[in-house]
Amino acid sequence: MNVAARFDDGGEVTTSTFTVDGLRCAACIAKLEAGLPQLSGVVSARVNFTSKRVRVDHAATLADDDLLSAIDRLGFQARVFVGENDAATSRESRRLMTALAVAGFAAMNVMLLSVSIWSGAGGATRTLFHWLSAAIALPAIAYAGRPFFASAWSALRHGRTNMDVPISIGVTLTAAMSLYETATGGAHAYFDGAVMLLLFLLAGRFLDSAMRARAADGVAALMRRVPADVLVRLPDGATQRRLAAELAPGMRMLVAAGERIGADGVVEEGRSSVDCSLVTGESVAVAVAAGDTVLAGTINLDGPLTIRVTAAGDATMVADIARLMESATQGKGRYVRIADRASRLYAPAVHSLALLSLAGWLVAGAGVHQALTVAVAVLIITCPCALGLAVPIAQVVAAGALMRAGVLLKDGSALERLAAADTVLLDKTGTVTLGRVEPLAGVPADPFERGVLLSLARASRHPLSVAIAELLEREGAVAVPLVDCVEQPGLGISARLGDRMVRLGRPDWVGAPETGDRETIAAFRIDGRAFHLITFGDSIRPDAAAAIARLRRQGFAPRLLSGDSTRVVDTISDALGVDGGARMTPADKYRVIDEMAADGRKVLMVGDGLNDGPALKRAFVAMAPASGTDVSQLAADLVFFGDRLMPVPIAIATARRTMRVVRQNFALAIGYNLLAVPLAIAGQVTPLIAALAMSGSSLLVVANALRLRGAAR
Amino acid sequence: MTGLVVLIPIALALGLAGLAAFFWAARSGQFEDLDGAALRILIEDDTPLP
Repeated sequence: MNVAARFDDGGEVTTSTFTVDGLRCAACIAKLEAGLPQLSGVVSARVNFTSKRVRVDHAATLADDDLLSAIDRLGFQARVFVGENDAATSRESRRLMTALAVAGFAAMNVMLLSVSIWSGAGGATRTLFHWLSAAIALPAIAYAGRPFFASAWSALRHGRTNMDVPISIGVTLTAAMSLYETATGGAHAYFDGAVMLLLFLLAGRFLDSAMRARAADGVAALMRRVPADVLVRLPDGATQRRLAAELAPGMRMLVAAGERIGADGVVEEGRSSVDCSLVTGESVAVAVAAGDTVLAGTINLDGPLTIRVTAAGDATMVADIARLMESATQGKGRYVRIADRASRLYAPAVHSLALLSLAGWLVAGAGVHQALTVAVAVLIITCPCALGLAVPIAQVVAAGALMRAGVLLKDGSALERLAAADTVLLDKTGTVTLGRVEPLAGVPADPFERGVLLSLARASRHPLSVAIAELLEREGAVAVPLVDCVEQPGLGISARLGDRMVRLGRPDWVGAPETGDRETIAAFRIDGRAFHLITFGDSIRPDAAAAIARLRRQGFAPRLLSGDSTRVVDTISDALGVDGGARMTPADKYRVIDEMAADGRKVLMVGDGLNDGPALKRAFVAMAPASGTDVSQLAADLVFFGDRLMPVPIAIATARRTMRVVRQNFALAIGYNLLAVPLAIAGQVTPLIAALAMSGSSLLVVANALRLRGAAR
Repeated sequence: MTGLVVLIPIALALGLAGLAAFFWAARSGQFEDLDGAALRILIEDDTPLP
């Protein structure tokens, strides 16, 4: 697949990446890859099925929103993939993979020669084979061992020790001693052991690097959402473009329909609705009029607004949240992964054991050569290859199982933390509910009226229209052709059907009686027929009750945290039978988790909004729905797809199973070593036994981890 | 014994060729979407990919 560097009309080509929900089969791949290039301006599209992403090369003039709606028309839900900052990670993975390939090549060929020696080759043949092994193994060790040598060296230079120190010492000593044996025509050379050791360790390291979190700068992504410049009305009535940073409270700014608002403020003139999805994750547009407050980073949808600035630059709510998130990242401290904790105990133990055997044999009167041979054999036997595989292989298999169940794991250590979590906090909007506006009642039942409504709704990009159109299309309504479609910003949309007018929009504009309710309502009417008042709302995820019941069986007492009014939260918490906290600001949520952490509780936070960002970052482990804001997905450790809430308890159950297997793997690896170490200390280990012990324990660990393939249920 | 002089270099050369092929494949991104590669064979492909 060659990427065209230039587009036909000479314009520049850029690449955008989208996360796509609902990629299931080969037909989905074909549909996207064949369908997207139909859109004028798209050069090519390439699906990565493993990471559920599509990369689109397109003309720079084509906006992401156009591509999103094109993907939507093909029948997939997609979101812009942020944090494409994984060049460094993939470079590391690739370096480990090439090192792994070299180690594999060397291991195969050295083993071929070793098998001949074990089956009885002697004399000149054995020496020749040893030399050949040395010729293959030494360059391979020099190349494939670099990741370990580099890490061990940097640890030693800072006066610390890590898992790589015993590995490096073991491999280097083994190679040096085997070279000495070869040169003096000795019977035993351990080149096969040294290379195989590197092979297994690199396999573990490679799997581990595939599981590491992709570094992404969530806070920077957040602040990019505030426009750089705004239109300011000067006291004399003239207008001028100014940088958002130069705004001061009291200034008046003009925001056209479709623009992002550059500072927090109060509306002075104009009526419109505002898309607050950046802040709340909720796609229901909020109607605003004179006197209402608006926030920086939200989008003015319908009509022009004049806004008096109350807070600008660093004082805005978005900047506040960004600061909270940053401090959460710093305050959390680094979680020490279970493998690192194991290696802290392991390295000193292994080194003392090898030194003791050396000393013991010297005291018992053995020669330096014999004592050294035994010490090296101890190092080889105890080398942590099964231990190095124990955690990453289990995590990789579990992550694959979770991926098939619709949960994306962003960091391997998230499973460890998820298994240890003891408290579950859920955001309401977009987490327990779907977070998108849907017509709840009032949609006409008559097929003809439904057809007219569908045509009207399709003519507008207003969120309420889109929601109506989606519902009707899903239920199979057939559009009735209309003429003279006119959209009046802030009011609604009208058209002619024969000689009759049809309208969809604000109830007072359509002519319906005013309702006292502040709920989101749209009216629809065909002249000469009855009004339809369509009410909108956010519905609870279909399996929320079952998911909460399962969380309770797992030993949690889930709580809701919401920024919504007490009445709304009470309705939902009563329906689900959970405790709820209402009217919470981002800082409140953050503080709740902070206090729980101070009590030693390990909190799992599930949330989707920008207002959940600091809480997600602060929590011990965090999950976010794929339908949430970019910020929540960046802050979370796991992301789940689809309309169901069940992935949350499923992920917890999977994490617990994974940790059980990890602990079994540790027991297996250490048990194997305990059996082999006495042989090594007694000086009875030959290269054959060392090779068997190493590959045997590694295979056992891998086989045990494969049991996790069906763990996500 | 004389056979070894010929056979061992051949074995090593074949192994090295495999290693080189792997390096090439890794560098050209063929391991980036393993699940997708398994599915792509099922796509009915009447027109060549763009």
